[in-house]
Order: sequence, then C-alpha cells, then structure tokens
Amino acid sequence: MAVDTPSQSVAKAAGDHVARGRSRGTGPKRRAPKRSLATHWYAWAMVAPVVIVIAVIIGYPLGRGIYLSLTDANERNVARSIGVNEIPATYEFVGLDNYADAITGSQFLATLGWTVVWTVSCVAITFALGLTLANILNRKIAGRSFYRMMLILPWAVPGFVSVFAWRFLYDERRGMLNQILSGVGLDAVPWLNDPLIAKVSVIAVNVWLGVPFMMVALLGGLQSIPGELYEAAEMDGANAWQRFRHITMPGLRSVSTTVVLLSTIWTFNMFPVIFLLTRGGPGEATQILVTQAYKFSFEISPRDFAQSSTWGVLILVILMIFAAFYRRVLRKQGEVW
Amino acid sequence: MNTPVRGRRSPLSSVALHLTLIVASVIAVFPVLWVLLTSLKPAKYASTTDFFKETTFENYTNLLRDTPFLTWFGNSLLVAALTTVVGVFISATTGYAVSRFRFPGKRGIMWTLLVTQMFPVAVLIVPIYNIMSSMGLLNEPAGLVITYLTIAVPFCAWMMKGFFDGIPREIDESGYVDGLTPFGTFWRLILPLAKPGIAVTAFYSFITAWGEVAYASAFMVGDENLTLAGGLQKFVNQYGAQWGPMTAASVLIAIPAALVFLFAQRHLVTGMSAGAVKG
Repeated sequence: MAVDTPSQSVAKAAGDHVARGRSRGTGPKRRAPKRSLATHWYAWAMVAPVVIVIAVIIGYPLGRGIYLSLTDANERNVARSIGVNEIPATYEFVGLDNYADAITGSQFLATLGWTVVWTVSCVAITFALGLTLANILNRKIAGRSFYRMMLILPWAVPGFVSVFAWRFLYDERRGMLNQILSGVGLDAVPWLNDPLIAKVSVIAVNVWLGVPFMMVALLGGLQSIPGELYEAAEMDGANAWQRFRHITMPGLRSVSTTVVLLSTIWTFNMFPVIFLLTRGGPGEATQILVTQAYKFSFEISPRDFAQSSTWGVLILVILMIFAAFYRRVLRKQGEVW
Repeated sequence: MNTPVRGRRSPLSSVALHLTLIVASVIAVFPVLWVLLTSLKPAKYASTTDFFKETTFENYTNLLRDTPFLTWFGNSLLVAALTTVVGVFISATTGYAVSRFRFPGKRGIMWTLLVTQMFPVAVLIVPIYNIMSSMGLLNEPAGLVITYLTIAVPFCAWMMKGFFDGIPREIDESGYVDGLTPFGTFWRLILPLAKPGIAVTAFYSFITAWGEVAYASAFMVGDENLTLAGGLQKFVNQYGAQWGPMTAASVLIAIPAALVFLFAQRHLVTGMSAGAVKG
C-alpha cells in the first residue's frame, strides 16, 4: 500500500532490527485484551478511517507530487480547459533532471543553507529561553500564575494575527520600533528591507511565537520530576548546578527530545512567518525552502509545478533523513522509541 | 540556576527572578497589547506612539460596515468547525486502537502519523490543488476542510493515544467481562473518560484550521470566499497598509481564540507529552 512505504522505509533506514532494551509491545509477552483475529479485526476497523484519510488525501497526492517532480509540468502544458475546449496535458517525463538541476543549482543550495541556519537558530534560542523560563516558573515565586498567563499569550493568539502585529511594529516609516528609535535620536532601522536585518527579524518573530509552547512543555516535564530526588541530592550536599545537571536534565530528557524533534520539523516548514512577514524578501533573502517552493507554484508565471514538487520532495527527504538520524542517536543513548 | 522549590532565596536573587519574568512578560504581551491599543485610536493616529489618543470604536464600526470581515469570519468558522468534528472522530478511534490493541501494521501506522508531520506544504499543495480543481472544490469550504484533515488528523491521533494510554486497561477489561465488544467498550466506557483529551484534540483541530495560511491563500480567491487568514492580507499589501481596520480585525480574531486557549492549554501539554514518546 502506498501508505506504508514511507514509514516502512524510514523504519528500515533507522536500523529497525537492532535489539532493544524494552520491547514496545511487539513481543509476545504482554497482557492485552483477547488476542484473536476478532481483536485484529476491530483494531483495523478503528484505524481504517485514518488509513483512508492518509491514503486518499496524503498518499495519492504525495505519489502524484513525486510523479510531477519527474516531469516538466508547468502552467502551459498541464491539462486545462479554456472555455469549452479541453486541452490535454502535453508535459513530458524528464526523469531526474529536475533533481539534478536543483542539487547542482545555486538557488537550492543557498536556500537550503539559510533554511538550516533559520531552523537551528530558532530551535536553539527557543529551547534555551523556554528552559530558563520554565525553571524560574517551577519555583515558588509570587504571582506565578499571573506570569505564566502573560508568557503564554503569544501562543494563544492565532499565528497569522501575531505576524501581522509584528509587521506593524517593524514597519519602516511608521512602525513602533522605529518611532522609539527616532524618539531617542537614532536612525530608522530597515527591519524587513535589509537582507541581514530581515533574517534577524524573522528569527526574532519565530522565537517569540515558539517560546510559550517550549516553556509549557518543559514546565510539565519539570513538574513530573519527584521532589524527593532534589531533597536527597541536597542531603548529599549537591549544589544547585549539580542538581540541575544530574536530576533536572535527565528528568527532562524524554520531553526535550520530543519537543526538539517536533519544533525542528515545524520550524523547517514554517510557512506563515516568512510568507506573511517578508514574502521571502528582500530579494530572496529570507526565502526558506517551503516558501520558495510555494512561490514556484503560485506566484511566478508560468507556474512551475515540476520545480515546486521537486523542492517539496527534497524537503521531505531531508526531514526523513534527519528524523532517522535523530532516532538513531536517541537509541544510542538508551531512549526507546 | 535551578534551586528546588524549597529553601530560602536571598532577596537579591528574588529581585533578579522577578525582573527576568517582568521583562519576558512585557516582551510577550507588548505586540498584542499594542495592536489592541492601536485599534482603539482613530486610523489617522495609527502610527503615533501614544498609548491612548481620542479613544474610539470607529475602526470596528468601519471594519464591520465597509469590509467583508463578517463573511470571512463565517467562512473561517465553517471550515474550522467541520474540520474539528470530522477530525476528532477519526483521531479518537485511531488513537484508541493504537493505544489498546496490538495488530499487524500498528508500527507502520505510528510511524506514518509521525512522518506526515514532516510533509511540507510544498510537496502536497500542487497535487492537492490539481485534484481540488478537477473536482471543482477550489473556492469551496469543503476543499479546505479535506485539506486540513491531512494536517490535523495525524497529530490529533497521536495526542489521543497519549490520553488513552493514561486510562487504566482494567476498565476495558471490565467492559469485556460484561460482554461489551471492543467498539462498545470504547464508545461507552473509554470515550466518556477521555473527555479532556477530546476537548484538547477538538481545540487543536480548530486552531489549525482557523490559522492556516498557505492552503487558504492558494485555494481561495475572491473577496467572498476568503478565510480570515486570507482576508487579513488584504489590509496589508505592497501599496501600503490600512492599519486601522487591520488592528481591529486582529483584535476580533484574537480575543475569542485566546480565551478558549487559556482554558484549554493545561490539558494540551499533558496530552502532548503523554502521547509523545512511549509507544
């Protein structure tokens, strides 16, 4: 089935047949409801809707997307109807040419480079800030719930609204930030119009959007660490740093690995921030892979479906390699996934 | 850095902690607050730095009277509500099956759910666009709903699994003892217990559909078909920005979402961390 192929291949790529510490329920020895064909039948009936959803609206388009990436399809040669005339498709199969062009072309590599910088800086800064704030909020401090409420706000507001709010603040001539600067006698900063400054600006917005989620997830992790551990460590004379290093960090490991994996994937494909804030500009300075691929399909003329699909498939491949690699590293550290 | 919850702090470190939190809170709240304050100023003063200036609701009245804001709001609401209902139902059954049964293909499904999180909009958007256009679903809410299920369902099923994992298996077993079928057990015993999980999943689906930008921008054209994410872009374009109606619209979109969110978020994280790791 089309559905199983991606997952299967990832599982295999990640070295599926390595012996594990703890069986994840594939071994024969665990209590379960009746293990008969009947149970399987029910299980399959229950997952059927998802399998259908995934097959029909993810699997099929994915297959078609991969196919398009092997052709030279664009707006002028796909099947379309002009008035009553049906024009048949005339695009041709070109094999791996699009991939060769992308991988050897400077545009893809430059965009990939910036996308990696963007992802790593966003995730690293967000994680550091989230961890710091979570640790502070985990202590007895006056007004804790009030602070928590305030700090979660960026997550509570729909993303596209926040991005427009930032655009309003960044506005070069009339934005709040430059108004303040001119108030203290400094020159206006082209927040979104200078390639380098725009890169910093978009990262800042994405960090602002991402910190609350990170903070709340890590706070949940901190609260699940038993207090006795800290007490015992204090008895043994461990200082604050040692307690953080040997109790907090290991206790947060499972939460952190998950949120870091998720945020990396989300950030890599973070369409709205870039699209709404700069449209990839100035020039193509802030264009990440996803927004550039979108641009190929919907913002240039003639629309280049083949190149767009090629970039999309490449994004998918990159992320899958990353996830497989990540999983392997985790397993080396004894995390069972 | 991290002292445990007990123990005394020096006044100095208390001040430092509070200062850190205050600075962080101001940064977190300010952009949102500024939009709210701007929306209450006459449009011609949108770029002044005063907190209050001739407070008025004219931006709101203009927005509701002169722009299709309410139509966009309705479109977004319809799409988000449908996505939520269908998405929750599908994710709940899957989450339960993956949580309770062992069956051939389970690991494949678990992995597929995770891998679909990685699907870039870019790889699916063109084919889905072509499919929708051949089925005549472009510019139709149904087209967006179907598309949003691809985003919401995998993640929600993952979260639901975490919630079900937290419900003791003895409950299922008591159901079997009383002669309920697995589906009956799920429907009558487990679902009622998983209400918080369902609330969270519903909320997540809703927010996903409410705030999605890429598909909504590509699939919906024409003033009467836009969702809020598309409509708001109308106020800010290369010819300049209409900050007055933009800020008013932002407030009207954000307030209901933020209120619901603050109620739901506690469960949201529990669900995420529960469903996340242990397979």
